[in-house]
Amino acid sequence: MGELAADKHVKYILAVEKRKDNFESAVLEHLRMNGAYWGLTTLDLLGKLDAVDSNEIIEWILKCQHESGGFAGNVGHDPHILYTLSAIQVLALFDKLNVLDVDKVSTYIAGLQNEDGSFSGDIWGEVDTRFSYIAICGLSILKCLDKINVERAVNYIISCRNVDGGFGCTPGGESHAGQIFCCVAALAITGALHYVDKDLLGWWLCERQVKSGGLNGRPEKLPDVCYSWWVLSSLTMIDRVHWISKEKLIKFILNCQDTENGGISDRPDDAVDIFHTYFGVAGLSLLEYPGVKAVDPAYALPVDVVDRIFFSK
Amino acid sequence: MNWEDDEEKLPPSQRPEWSDVSPLPQDDGPNPVVPIAYKPEFAETMDYFRAIYRADERSPRALQLTHQAILLNPGNYTVWHFRRLILETLNKDLHQELDYVSRIAEKNSKNYQIWHHRLWVAEKLGLDAADRELKFTEKILSGDAKNYHAWSHRQWVLQSLGGWDDELEYCRQLLEEDIFNNSAWNQRYFVIMKSPLLGGLQAMRESEVKYTVAAILANPENESPWRYLRGLYKDDPKSWIHDPQVSTVCLKLLSSGGTTNHVFALSTVLDLLSHGFQPSQELREAVEALNFTGSRPDSQESIGLGNVVCSVLEHADAMRVNYWRWRKSQLTM
Repeated sequence: MGELAADKHVKYILAVEKRKDNFESAVLEHLRMNGAYWGLTTLDLLGKLDAVDSNEIIEWILKCQHESGGFAGNVGHDPHILYTLSAIQVLALFDKLNVLDVDKVSTYIAGLQNEDGSFSGDIWGEVDTRFSYIAICGLSILKCLDKINVERAVNYIISCRNVDGGFGCTPGGESHAGQIFCCVAALAITGALHYVDKDLLGWWLCERQVKSGGLNGRPEKLPDVCYSWWVLSSLTMIDRVHWISKEKLIKFILNCQDTENGGISDRPDDAVDIFHTYFGVAGLSLLEYPGVKAVDPAYALPVDVVDRIFFSK
Repeated sequence: MNWEDDEEKLPPSQRPEWSDVSPLPQDDGPNPVVPIAYKPEFAETMDYFRAIYRADERSPRALQLTHQAILLNPGNYTVWHFRRLILETLNKDLHQELDYVSRIAEKNSKNYQIWHHRLWVAEKLGLDAADRELKFTEKILSGDAKNYHAWSHRQWVLQSLGGWDDELEYCRQLLEEDIFNNSAWNQRYFVIMKSPLLGGLQAMRESEVKYTVAAILANPENESPWRYLRGLYKDDPKSWIHDPQVSTVCLKLLSSGGTTNHVFALSTVLDLLSHGFQPSQELREAVEALNFTGSRPDSQESIGLGNVVCSVLEHADAMRVNYWRWRKSQLTM
């Protein structure tokens, strides 16, 4: 254990981005847009975004856009709100949001809002507070939040708030750290955090820390590195991150590294993947680990990228 | 739909019915770094899928092809998307589609695409599907009683299609199997609050408190029943502090000594105190007995006792020491 093997993780990410010939990459090719976001954001947090060819990636991203304005997970796939946000976020990393037809993309996203304020993932109508976050985050980056009914969107999220202070995927759904992140971040971005009982939720969130120092997503479940992001970013947004033991969590995350081949796994000694590598590094960023850039807990992008979006010009 | 054929897994290129189609390879951009070399069967099926998808061919053979593609990679949402288009165009019997999804779901119970496809089918079938959907989620939960997708689907079924009759009993059953199942506790709360057959929170509170207290006594370190108990007094802190069952269970646990985990009992006492609860002498003494920290209450006021509770928790739940210190700082009101 001991340290963050940053160079190894960078090498791991670059290798995964290049590999298209193995079964793993084939099985995950439909969500390559998400993978690009996880991999590239991690590279940026480790100060190595220049290790990739941004032009090649941007070209590929634009090929994934549809007539409707939405983005697909890869070329030849259908648009979905999930990949639309990842596309926007990756373009933000490269400071190339200007390649977008903002009107087109924002119209696609706004079109997915339902009567009750919730959002669907695509034309098939799946509803989940994840999509509320995605819509609000994406439109906020594009500065088009006024294209949706924000009041209704907020009301829907509040309807998913539970008596324990947490949030679920739909009204009545069990409080789950992933859904909590989505709801809290959406409320933060829309200036509606006063609807969160910060003390109650803060306690629920800090109860996620188990003996090993890792965090779980719900009571009596196993810890997983990805909760280092979802729980931690939520705590950060409600100003309660000091309620967990930071040192123990850092130790847990570092123990989940493959220090030989690079990458981070869900828990110690399991197989690594890009998803957990991103969440581990992003978690360490929130814990102010040296050598990792600061990450914005609501936009899930480096702080300097977010500053550039909102404070330049 | 004949599934036996698929077990054979003859790739499309070796089947006469596909001879008129030119498969389309994955477009990896102008200069793919490495040529595609993964499992030939997988690559071939996907190449044929792309051809059919590009041509928008909504035929029975196309439907069959989506079946194969899904078997190989159930996460591929585009295949599911196209399958739905075909089902609509061919006006297929959706009861059979439920059979199909049941088979795929067994090995892929955490796959978002499968669950949403299921909901889409069930919604079209309407009330007819209620019973079957409850049985289906029950089957999945019997393999993984905390599967978030299954619970979410089950809640949708109850609210959209009905079937509340046995839900409370189902929760009781699951909790009997695993009293630590937070999802089952959440579902229990959902039933108490939303079932049109039960009369609501007020009507159910008495019996639910009894049930919960029993669960707490059996496993005091179990987070879920403590939160559930608190939830039974949602928006009614007066009843919360005046229900003798609540303070009694705390007292029982705190007096029992030994290796019982006191953390939730103590934090409940703290919560009661902060809402104006007047502790009995017995309870004071029980808390004091746990206080090895040396801090003493400087008065007989509740603030003093709250202080002691926080001091004990700072040690008993050291991981969250900052939280308990903050709680202590809030006691001056």
